[in-house]
Amino acid sequence: MNAVVLEKLKSRFANAVLDTNEFRGELTVVVPKERIVDVCRFLKEDPQLQFDLLADVCGIDMYTPTKRFGVIYNLYSLKNKNRIRLKVFTEEEDPKVPTMTGVYGTANWHERETFDMFGIIFEGHPDLRRVYMPEDFEHYPLRKDFPLMGIPGSLSLPKK
Amino acid sequence: METRTDELPRKSKILQALEDQNTSVSFDDPLENEMILNMGPQHPATHGVLRLLIRLDGETVVGCVPEVGYLHRGYEKLAENCSYHEFIPHTDRLDYLSPLSNNTAYALAVEKLLGIEAPPRATYIRMMITELARISSHLMFLGSLAMDVGALTVWMWSFREREKEYDLFESIAGARFTTSYTRIGGIAQDVSPETIASVKKFVDELPGHIRECEKLLNTNRIFLERTDGIGVITPQQAIDLGLTGPGLRACGIEHDLRKANPYLAYSAMDFDVPVYEGGDALARYYVRMDEMRESVKIVHQILQKMPTGEVHAFKPKKVLPRKERIYTRMEELIHDFMLVNFGVEPPVGEIYSAVEAPKGELGFYIYSHGEGYPWRLKIRSPSFANLQSLPVMMNKCMISDVVAIIASLDPVMGEADK
Repeated sequence: MNAVVLEKLKSRFANAVLDTNEFRGELTVVVPKERIVDVCRFLKEDPQLQFDLLADVCGIDMYTPTKRFGVIYNLYSLKNKNRIRLKVFTEEEDPKVPTMTGVYGTANWHERETFDMFGIIFEGHPDLRRVYMPEDFEHYPLRKDFPLMGIPGSLSLPKK
Repeated sequence: METRTDELPRKSKILQALEDQNTSVSFDDPLENEMILNMGPQHPATHGVLRLLIRLDGETVVGCVPEVGYLHRGYEKLAENCSYHEFIPHTDRLDYLSPLSNNTAYALAVEKLLGIEAPPRATYIRMMITELARISSHLMFLGSLAMDVGALTVWMWSFREREKEYDLFESIAGARFTTSYTRIGGIAQDVSPETIASVKKFVDELPGHIRECEKLLNTNRIFLERTDGIGVITPQQAIDLGLTGPGLRACGIEHDLRKANPYLAYSAMDFDVPVYEGGDALARYYVRMDEMRESVKIVHQILQKMPTGEVHAFKPKKVLPRKERIYTRMEELIHDFMLVNFGVEPPVGEIYSAVEAPKGELGFYIYSHGEGYPWRLKIRSPSFANLQSLPVMMNKCMISDVVAIIASLDPVMGEADK
């Protein structure tokens, strides 16, 4: 099934498939961030593939000089019962990725969480607020340069 | 009624007044105003520290914004600083109503990354504890839903059954609540024949107790009126919002990962996936009640087919060796030292492994750099995704239905907040 998905994806988006990888039977496709919404819409609406459930969106900090942050989309097809993983990368300066909320409603909170944890801005998101950390928190905890013990004084405590 | 001359819209005037504290706001016509009600985070009906901001028009909910994060403990950050084994106890604290299910899900994810498999007996025991955890979680759901709509007896009865189950967990894993029972490549220890006998006794008696509870609820007019047609979500909305588990199956969509992508030994089990139409609180209740009976069916088959043998895979450098081998063999001592100090080292790669947890799809995405620690571990928790559908379900419902809808969704904040 992975071969069929990849074939269709490559024939539809010839220059948008930057890299593919198959590990333990799971297909990962890296696409440019400008095309991610189109690719997802195609995968969702194609009558044969029908990846209609966005299981998860998460961020990753590769801690590399270029392409530091990644956003990972795990899609699932209720009809074919298979999965595909899409990946986009963005730079450390100006980490922006277009939002997926127009295609999958569930992306709303997942993208808020990714923003909260990594500081990746989802352009066009209707309600990009922090979801776990307090509103006035200034750091992004899951970035690799955030210390495990936290930053003293970064969490404002209630006044006595 | 005099015309408004102030520039601030009504809502921000309320907020401004609340910030100033010492001013009192008065409105011309109390019936014309919308009210914002803050529910939680400390509220008995929110099943933990869920906070809801509800906009009310009279008694009708016209808007709802769920706020999560009051139980955020940063498990994903911790995971990046734990070896794969050290993270197992943390999985107990995700969905704390079914820790055994989380333990199994995590062990399966790491095993997929490592490319190993647990021995058959361990697989069957894992399947048994997952189904017992599902029953325990659904009993909690049954009790809390019934209590939230006013039937206290059912709560008592379902907690009596849960108590028996926690005794089983204690004899299986050694702990009632924080089980930490699975290991990578197996389980902590084998279950004794006495435990198997008491599991059998429990699943023999459970359907009768479920029927007792159903007798109190299924024809109870108050219960039916509080749940029938309440919190409706359409199948399209449910898929769009990523609703999984019993909530999705109550919309008429037959999606169960145990059938769709069988893991453990579910392909050898004969069971049905209960599906109901309607997408309301009552349908979600029916789905879970039927699921408990299906779980009982599965446990019976597991007990019949339970294979004998090892419960720990023999994979040097990947699975912790057994104690007696560590003390008698030099290689095993070295392996144990390396595994405990530096962790198991999987190949470079990334996997996503999901199981059908009681609340829905529980997935672990692991990105490995080939070190003893995961570079990134993401927990796809069903409660977090399911809570997103609350505003849709609550649209135009009455204020008294809010607690029934939350109870029918059965969120666990330990998991939603990670």
